[in-house]
Amino acid sequence: MSTPAFLVARDLGVILSGRDVLHGVSLQLARGHLVALVGPNGAGKTTLLRALAGLVESRGEVRVGGDALAALPLRERAKRFGYLPQGHLVHWPLPVRDVVALGRFPHGATDPARLSPRDDEAVARAMQITDVVQFAERSVTELSGGERSRVALARVLAVEAPVVLADEPTASLDPRYQLDVMQTLRRAADAGALVIVVTHDLGLAARFADTVLVMAGGKLAAQGTPHQALSDDILRQVFRVSAYRADYQDSGVILPWAGV
Amino acid sequence: MTVRSNPASRAGAVTAALLVGVGLLMIGSLGVGPVKLSPLTVMDALIGRGGDVPQIIVQQIRLPRAILALAIGAILGLSGAALQGLLRNPLASPSLFGAPQSAAFGAVLIIALGWADVRSYALPVAGITMAFVSVFVLLSVAGRSASLLLLILAGLAISSLAGAATALVMNLSSNPFASLEIAFWLLGSLEDRSFRHVALALPFIVVGAALLLSQRAAFRALSLGEETAQSLGVDVARLRLIVIVGVALGVGGAVSVSGTIGFIGLVAPHLVRPLIGHDPARLLIPSALAGSALLLAADIAVRIIPSTTDIKVGVLTSIIGVPFFLYLIVRQRRALGGGVA
Repeated sequence: MSTPAFLVARDLGVILSGRDVLHGVSLQLARGHLVALVGPNGAGKTTLLRALAGLVESRGEVRVGGDALAALPLRERAKRFGYLPQGHLVHWPLPVRDVVALGRFPHGATDPARLSPRDDEAVARAMQITDVVQFAERSVTELSGGERSRVALARVLAVEAPVVLADEPTASLDPRYQLDVMQTLRRAADAGALVIVVTHDLGLAARFADTVLVMAGGKLAAQGTPHQALSDDILRQVFRVSAYRADYQDSGVILPWAGV
Repeated sequence: MTVRSNPASRAGAVTAALLVGVGLLMIGSLGVGPVKLSPLTVMDALIGRGGDVPQIIVQQIRLPRAILALAIGAILGLSGAALQGLLRNPLASPSLFGAPQSAAFGAVLIIALGWADVRSYALPVAGITMAFVSVFVLLSVAGRSASLLLLILAGLAISSLAGAATALVMNLSSNPFASLEIAFWLLGSLEDRSFRHVALALPFIVVGAALLLSQRAAFRALSLGEETAQSLGVDVARLRLIVIVGVALGVGGAVSVSGTIGFIGLVAPHLVRPLIGHDPARLLIPSALAGSALLLAADIAVRIIPSTTDIKVGVLTSIIGVPFFLYLIVRQRRALGGGVA
């Protein structure tokens, strides 16, 4: 990578209820990149994401923007990471705009009814990018799954953090929404963010990512360009599949085809 | 600053209306009793005009009772709204979690052991300690998932245990008025309270309320779940602790002068939600005012309803509160059936 690394992890490890779910993970990732984090179920993808954001206790070191994560106050961490968990849970029937406005919480905007012009702008922009403006005053609980996941994405984009961590943002979406979400994240990366996306869809990873991280058994099994990291060998060893490959519109197509 | 007219200003209007309502109920509470006083007489007596008798009745006898109803109703409503916000669960409330029952046990134990009389600060301290223990145990038992069923079952267990322990202590004590006392602590009452009782409870209620209100923004972030709230910069573990301490201080302080008054904390937030929406931060103050209004109204009602002996105000709030609770359970049936909120 030519640009300097913004997010650095050294020998990162996590133990959850006595089980070693993540160990020896070292990374150097730069802004302006979309990174796909793939791996079989239980490989530790979500745990890695949480460890990078400081949401789970970990060994090793994480540095973000030159600072040690452990030394950053919560509020400062929150400004640097936009974190989109799985499930897009909202516990109360709040208006969409209020949910998106919570993305400004780390910036001190704790009341969605009283946003500064700067916060208001960020919220409006995030809602525009994700195409949820027409739901602004509706309750999130009235929306379909696809609509709700766009609202969740809008909330994360509203943080305007240099690092976006998205845990399976395309799960349970129809093909069009999957493409829309990936396109949106791709654009966030092009605009200068470091975007890390957990996904099970190797096709989407190959299509949109600059870098692919492959995890297996709590370790990094491979990292590199989609072409390097999703080689036939890796697919066979890590995912136990073979894949159909092709080139279409200047990008590599990978379609898992059969178990091996 | 862009100020949206909708929810914030509606909350403001509702708050104003509730303030007026609470003010009227205060005047009502000062006027109702064996000697009926008109609102005008009450106002006169409050500012030291009119006859000596109305002045003594209003200022010495009824004002402490009304102030306690106001403050205790407020802290119960606020605690309910705060617990519901913390657990993202509309069925959370201090009384369903056994906090008042446990506080009553603490107070009763102190009295029975002869460590302090009923007007000592040892009472609220004991009540607060037990309330803290009960909420802490409950949240530990239910765990981070805060599943509806677990919380309610654990709360039921704790409140039953605390109620039984209170009755047991009273039974074993040599107090000739034991059964009367049991009724007071388990059922709750504001009768014959003096300014000494106000001084006993109010400081704790005020500090508890201040703690809960200081966390209002965090409740809003918590709408998105604990992990997301953490990622937005909320220290969730610290928030939990502050809420437990705030509820324990407020409820423990209240119970040590009023006994167990249930269901205000459950009902109050539900009364204001249809008016101002579900934003857990915006609900806090209106819920407190609704709690005040409910308890003032109930305390007026027990003096108006004709009966041979005194009706305890806690009985009345439970008689209204339990059917309401059942109604909420029916509405939440799907979530309860799944076991997860």
